[in-house]
Amino acid sequence: MTDEATELTMNKTRKVPDATRRSSDSKSGRYLGRPAWGETQPEVADSSAMKVVVCVKQIPDPADPGALDPETKTLKRDSKLILDESDSYGVEMALQLVDAAGDGEVHLVSMAPNNEVSGLRTALAMGAASATIVSDDALQGSDALGTAKVLAAAIARQEPDLILAATESSDGYTGTVPEMVAALMDLPSVTFAKSIAIDGGAAKIQRQTEAGYDEVECPLPAVVSVTAGVVEPRYPSFKGIMAAKSKPVDELTIGDLGIDADQVGWAGAGQEIVAIEDAPAREAGEIIEDDGDAHERIVAFLDELKVL
Amino acid sequence: MTEYRAPLDDIRFALRHAANIDALAEMAAYAHAEPDLVDGLLDEAGRFFEQVVAPTNRDGDTVGAVRNADGSITTAPGHAKAYGQMCDAGWGGIGFPEEYGGGGLPWLLGIAVQEMMTSANMGFSLCPLLTQGAIDALLHHGTEVQKETYLRKMVTGEWTGTMNLTEPHAGSDVGALTTKAAPAADGSWLITGQKIFITYGDHDMAENIIHLVLARTPGSPPGTKGISLFIVPKFLLNDDGTLGDANDLSCVSIEHKLGIHASPTCVMSYGDNEGAIGYMLGEENQGMHCMFTMMNNARLSVGLEGVALAERAYQQALAYSHERLQGRAIGAEPGTSSPIVDHQDVQRMLLDMRSSIAAIRGLCYRNAEALDIAAASTDDDVRQRADELAALLTPLSKSWGTDLGCELTSIGVQVHGGMGFIEETGAAQHFRDARIAPIYEGTNGIQAIDLVGRKLGLRGGGVIADHLGSIAATVASMDGIAELQSVRTILASALEAVTEATQWLAENAGDMPAVLAGAMAYLDMLAITTGGQILADGAVAARSLGADAAAERALLARFFAANRLAGVPGKVPAVTAGAADLAQARATILS
Repeated sequence: MTDEATELTMNKTRKVPDATRRSSDSKSGRYLGRPAWGETQPEVADSSAMKVVVCVKQIPDPADPGALDPETKTLKRDSKLILDESDSYGVEMALQLVDAAGDGEVHLVSMAPNNEVSGLRTALAMGAASATIVSDDALQGSDALGTAKVLAAAIARQEPDLILAATESSDGYTGTVPEMVAALMDLPSVTFAKSIAIDGGAAKIQRQTEAGYDEVECPLPAVVSVTAGVVEPRYPSFKGIMAAKSKPVDELTIGDLGIDADQVGWAGAGQEIVAIEDAPAREAGEIIEDDGDAHERIVAFLDELKVL
Repeated sequence: MTEYRAPLDDIRFALRHAANIDALAEMAAYAHAEPDLVDGLLDEAGRFFEQVVAPTNRDGDTVGAVRNADGSITTAPGHAKAYGQMCDAGWGGIGFPEEYGGGGLPWLLGIAVQEMMTSANMGFSLCPLLTQGAIDALLHHGTEVQKETYLRKMVTGEWTGTMNLTEPHAGSDVGALTTKAAPAADGSWLITGQKIFITYGDHDMAENIIHLVLARTPGSPPGTKGISLFIVPKFLLNDDGTLGDANDLSCVSIEHKLGIHASPTCVMSYGDNEGAIGYMLGEENQGMHCMFTMMNNARLSVGLEGVALAERAYQQALAYSHERLQGRAIGAEPGTSSPIVDHQDVQRMLLDMRSSIAAIRGLCYRNAEALDIAAASTDDDVRQRADELAALLTPLSKSWGTDLGCELTSIGVQVHGGMGFIEETGAAQHFRDARIAPIYEGTNGIQAIDLVGRKLGLRGGGVIADHLGSIAATVASMDGIAELQSVRTILASALEAVTEATQWLAENAGDMPAVLAGAMAYLDMLAITTGGQILADGAVAARSLGADAAAERALLARFFAANRLAGVPGKVPAVTAGAADLAQARATILS
């Protein structure tokens, strides 16, 4: 089961050059064939420190009724944005992994208009150490692949041991970005993780399935998408919130990442939203009164829905 | 049941335009309370209380705290876990000094957080509230050793606190208490006696409980002059600070109450065996003085309970008024049923709730701001004035806040019609929970006595004169603002009436029965007028915040002025009636 699952879920596996991947001589070859990601940041090598990047999306508050822009046919994002709840599980898992490793840090990567950081502050207050926010007018209209290009480039600068993301966002629901990021970075991809354990240069992952879970092992770095609800995200403490104020947030444009404007946004999008319309109003349900044959009518109804 | 949403826009408005939290941040003591930090803290606190504490409110009411056969107390499902999460997040400690693990932030911000906690679950909120009172007493009167021993764990909430005043025959008259403290050889004291109505006297949410107990030492003078305060921990501490033996105290029963079922109200017995070990807090016979130092904070917090419950009741009533179809509103299609929010009288009830909440929230926040300035200003004169203002406003916040809590939650029931009387909707819980607040922490009658007996005479009447002067300034600030002219006229009439009543009380100060007979009516006059002032100030300030905000705040001020403020002059006869009819009634009707 394990082997099969590994094969199924990893679209690209690769050998990790050596066990102490944070040593400087391994850097140049870490992210294969993607020199365009720009210069690697100088970094102090530390063999035991664990660096986890978590992709987080900042979305309009789902508690407030959202609105679609009829011009662009996309969700209006001009109100204050909050941390997507589905990302809070990845942040929590990352914090627990770094805690278990005894040393290391969690870095956040996000893409949002106008250098919006209010959602990032929540994750920083939970305990993440720093963040990268990519904002650029050219990013408006980006599809999943465009988003993945930007995130991959921003992640590569961090040289992480592990990249976590939610399985899908709570506003867009494409559910494809983490896998695209993995493909672009030429890294293994594991989806629907319910638990992750790090063992040396490898991750042991329980991967949620309809029937139960698969046990998957893969070398690091890897991109892992985390199923919502698998850990209980901590609430920020007031001291965490106060500390978050002074945590570094790197503000980048696509130029900083070496990405051309025609690769992203409306220009680079491989998808087009043709039309939007309101969801149909929910119709009144059918009330079945029991004249002795209610069970038969319910069976017939379920049959019609093809759920039996 | 409607989920609670922290009313962050209204809270921010009160923080910035009833009080001025950004001005507090310009004081050295609160320099770290910058606007973006304040906003971040409010967002996260709101999320925490909405998601973690508010969902426990129903079980708190229907299951409540239970006393087990072995005498231990089990709180309602989910409460201990939510409490643990709150300790991790640290929300109980944001207004306390950083040296004991607090946030060192303005009390005003702590009050905003407290409002959300209380809306989320009032029965739950009482545990941190009583702990806050005990922390206050320790901060002001504890020795360095006592502070080091207890405060850190109490500020985080790992240990909770209680206040033990009441005995069966010593309630409002604390001086009648009989609990005894006998000196022990090692400098500690042995406490024996029984206390009643002890909020969270025992529970399963924290590992230790630090009881503060009022008792008499041998040979102490009778009455309040002979009372001392003692620290009596549930578990005694070993020399290394770890928990040691259980102290000789127990919860012998809990009360069955009208509301706040989540909060165990305990009968506590001290010293049934060898005597409960206690440590004197403050000087001998100074117990009442120690209690009074925390009184302003505690009374303000109880006034805030009225705001918090009214807010939750309002949210629920508003949501219900949109769902419930009944009757055809004027102008609606024939043959249709209208949501009840389309009926004018329902709109009136909802707007009465909304505008009154804004007024009393503003009063409580302004009161908290005065406490902050009084605690931290470096200008002696400014500090003195703020201290006086806090002293004047505290009985108004407590009494008017809690009376409005009852009245507005009752209106919340009314909006629900017959369903409001049915427990299933949850509207009744807020009404029942609200009813305790006018009683405890000094009944509202005592607040009125405090106001006319102690506060009006402050600085020879100068404090009330300054306050009335500030209302006159608010009246003048509305000159030429067309949409606030009705507010201006009504506030001016109310001010004139309050001035007349104040004058009468000053002139009749020698006739104490007459003054006391009119005290409650006077407190209401002054509180409602101050509430009208605060809404007017808000409406004026909102003129620079955009057309929507300006229109909304002007509307709230106008509605409150017409529906509540306009009634103030009608209360003058109740203030100036004297006590003759009461005395005659006592001999006849009330005999």
